[in-house]
Amino acid sequence: MERDDLFVNDSYALNAHHSEEEGVKIRKNIVKVTLILTLITAIEIFAGIKFGKGTYGGTDTWEMIKLFYILLTVVKAGYIVMIFMHLGEERRNFKMIILLPYIAFILYLVFICLTEAASVLEAAGAMF
Amino acid sequence: MGGEASKAIDPKVLWGGNRSPFSVTYGKMMMWLFLVSDALTFGALLTALGFSKWRYSETWPNSEEVFTHFPFAHGAELPLLYVATMTFILIVSSVTMVMAVEAGHRKDKKKVVFWMVATVIGGIIFLGSQAWEWSTFIAGPDGNIFDWSDNATLTQNFYGKDASGNWIQGPTPYSMFFFCITGFHGFHVFSGVIINLIITIQAWKGVFEKRGHYEMIEKVGLYWHFVDLVWVFVFTFFYLI
Repeated sequence: MERDDLFVNDSYALNAHHSEEEGVKIRKNIVKVTLILTLITAIEIFAGIKFGKGTYGGTDTWEMIKLFYILLTVVKAGYIVMIFMHLGEERRNFKMIILLPYIAFILYLVFICLTEAASVLEAAGAMF
Repeated sequence: MGGEASKAIDPKVLWGGNRSPFSVTYGKMMMWLFLVSDALTFGALLTALGFSKWRYSETWPNSEEVFTHFPFAHGAELPLLYVATMTFILIVSSVTMVMAVEAGHRKDKKKVVFWMVATVIGGIIFLGSQAWEWSTFIAGPDGNIFDWSDNATLTQNFYGKDASGNWIQGPTPYSMFFFCITGFHGFHVFSGVIINLIITIQAWKGVFEKRGHYEMIEKVGLYWHFVDLVWVFVFTFFYLI
């Protein structure tokens, strides 16, 4: 693996002064990401109106639509965190201390809560 | 006794001390760590929402049937369009924030102030939209907020339909989660607008110019993007799924 603990330069990468040309390049990228985010939101809205829970709720199609929404949301979140919050430009070890603990905890939380909810639903059903 | 601790540290290695081994300043790193903990709070709220949705899966209202209103379009059924507009407003104000950060890197004070003012305006529009959304939701299916008997509150929720399509009392966690999640997020937007405003005034007065760098814009920007990020998830998990 490539070493990530050596000096590249002595300045804090994002404090560095940008020139005009660099600015033009960065702004171009921002506009691109904006268009992508807008497009994804538009797709989500279209899907929300055309393939809503009211029509498809409870079917296998709905499970697929749910997965599709979650995937689009994660893509959107990825663009916001990596480009807008420019975590993508930070050092790899910094990226890891931010992302790994969060991902580990949130996946655990989602797993435990949904498992519990299914059990509670089952137990409540048995009561009536 | 020739352990690692007694070896001289190679000055070329970042972990030698006297500087951040992550090449970020203290302030920015602490902002990131705060955001991680805040994201866990929102994660807990949204996971609890998932719990309740699963638990009440038979009677949980469909959000695209609840949020069909649009300002100045009385009576028209426009499912989710207003929420989409709010999402778009927040994304745009996030973009103006990146523009401010980018201008800060070029030490272009005029542009920083311009984009920061745009960001503040976007935040205020979002807060206004949310106030409208809340009043419409509270008013209930009849659309009259002054008729308290059928208003949605923390203890009653009239969004639910029986087999013949009439409005009936739905599960109260639906309105509880609506107020709790959008309220908590709205409070984040509110504090974000206040912080943005303070930073805008400081940038305008030339505080950062004297300091030599515009890193404060970037740190506040992280918080503002985080608010946008949370809304992306609220939008999916409350309104779409």
